Amino acid sequence: MSKIKKIIANTRSDQELLEGIRLGDNAAIAYVYKSCYPSVSHMIINSRGNEDEAKDIFQEAILVLYDKVTHQQFELSSKLSTFLYAVCRRLWLKQLGKKGGAIHLDDHENLDIPDLEEDLVNHAEQELKFEHMHVALAGLGEPCATILKDFYIANKSMQDICDKLGYTNTDNAKNQKYKCLQRLKRLFFEQHQKNG
Amino acid sequence: MGNLMNRQEFLELADRYLRDELSESEIIAFNTLIAADQELNEAFLAQQNFINTFKQHQQREDFKFALTDVMENTSTEPIVYRMWKKLKINAIAAAAVAIISSLATLYLTGYFSTLRKTTSDYSALKREVNNVKRNVNAHQDAIQNISKENTPQAALHFGATGFMLTKDGYVVTNYHVVSGADSIHLQNAAGHTYKASIVHLDQEKDIAILHISDTSFKSVTNIPYTFKRQNIDLGEDIYTIGYPRDEAVYGEGYLSSATGYTGDTTAYQISIPVNPGNSGGPVIDKHGNIIGIISGKQKSLDGAAFAIKTKALIETLNRIPKESLKGNIVLSSKNSLNKLPRTEQIKKLQDFIYMVKVY
Repeated sequence: MSKIKKIIANTRSDQELLEGIRLGDNAAIAYVYKSCYPSVSHMIINSRGNEDEAKDIFQEAILVLYDKVTHQQFELSSKLSTFLYAVCRRLWLKQLGKKGGAIHLDDHENLDIPDLEEDLVNHAEQELKFEHMHVALAGLGEPCATILKDFYIANKSMQDICDKLGYTNTDNAKNQKYKCLQRLKRLFFEQHQKNG
Repeated sequence: MGNLMNRQEFLELADRYLRDELSESEIIAFNTLIAADQELNEAFLAQQNFINTFKQHQQREDFKFALTDVMENTSTEPIVYRMWKKLKINAIAAAAVAIISSLATLYLTGYFSTLRKTTSDYSALKREVNNVKRNVNAHQDAIQNISKENTPQAALHFGATGFMLTKDGYVVTNYHVVSGADSIHLQNAAGHTYKASIVHLDQEKDIAILHISDTSFKSVTNIPYTFKRQNIDLGEDIYTIGYPRDEAVYGEGYLSSATGYTGDTTAYQISIPVNPGNSGGPVIDKHGNIIGIISGKQKSLDGAAFAIKTKALIETLNRIPKESLKGNIVLSSKNSLNKLPRTEQIKKLQDFIYMVKVY
């Protein structure tokens, strides 16, 4: 029976799924992927796309959703599946536009999603911001990256960090942490200015 | 106090504040501090904002990683297909168990043995048809042979009836019963089996004369019946004893016609219920005289059986060459059944009527 239970996931409400997406819950992601991806893949493959492109588009659409539920409102004005389909369709049209050529997609569903444009703009902003952070962190180097992650993300005490990295006392570690954070900020805002 | 604090010390305090590490009084002091100083307040908000971005970046990276992982490892194939892939082994095992258990059930309930029996009944039927053919020749037309047939796969080919002619071991039965036989055994009512050999065959009259060649056979007491060669009257009360199954079966009726199939004058038509296996049985009148030998019945006519007349039997006996006999055939002339009630007659008769087993 356990095998069958694994295969047949319980039906979940959109609200539950959004909460799962927000928290990065694998089961929720898997459920959304299983229930929403087939129609997206069908749509993209039927309009000059392939399986890999369909997956990339779907992945980005999920990130649009993620950015929406983590930075904007935690509610959808449509069904989750409709929202994802509409986002994918919009992203795919954009990509086809870049490729050039006539663009034509049949509308099978009512894709009138009011906040869609706003969501995409938000996603682009978030994407850019985190890209800056990504570059800044990549340029930060060790041991700074470890110190900052341990302290701010893993919530470790200064004593633990001191022991782990071999500082003679916590004050030294605190000094190091301060310097590292200042450096990260500098790198981050440099990126920010560079890319407007 | 706050103004004396350098930037690093302030941010250290802010971090502790954000990590919820301050005591209640320290929190009040911190809130008072940033409320009073615009510059510190902005520094605090910037720190808070940056740390949040830093944390969210990490969470977003984690999310991307989880998403990629899920998409690589989750199948979007239809659920039935996925179930089949996962449960294939279970399904095959279940099917195997189902097949084995149904076969076992069929086996235990005897389905297969019934099936085998049915099949062999079928080939026995074929065999019967062949015998009918021979009988047809013997009677110049189709008369259904009524020898009892058993499984041809088993050693026993089929069985019929025969009865004693003389006390020294001569027995008569039908030609169609023993034709083509490898060996013939006779079994009496008591269950003793004796080996018999063919002395004479008369295909035309469908008569076979056998002799018990078994050394264990001891000459019996006198034969209780006599042989009546004169034609008897229509409607006369007659009966027979035969082996349509492994037990002796009594059947009675009347003489219905003085001639046999298609006017055969060497036979009677009798009205006695007969079955395969009755072939070769004696037809006896109420006085205990043998008046004929059952040979067959007509399929298309209800209740019509045929018996070879005693007269024809005696003609056949007279035609046997002397050299093939082990001593003359002397038919009994003393009837000890006459006047006995039917049940007593049968009791006395039973010892002289044999089941003929042909191998």
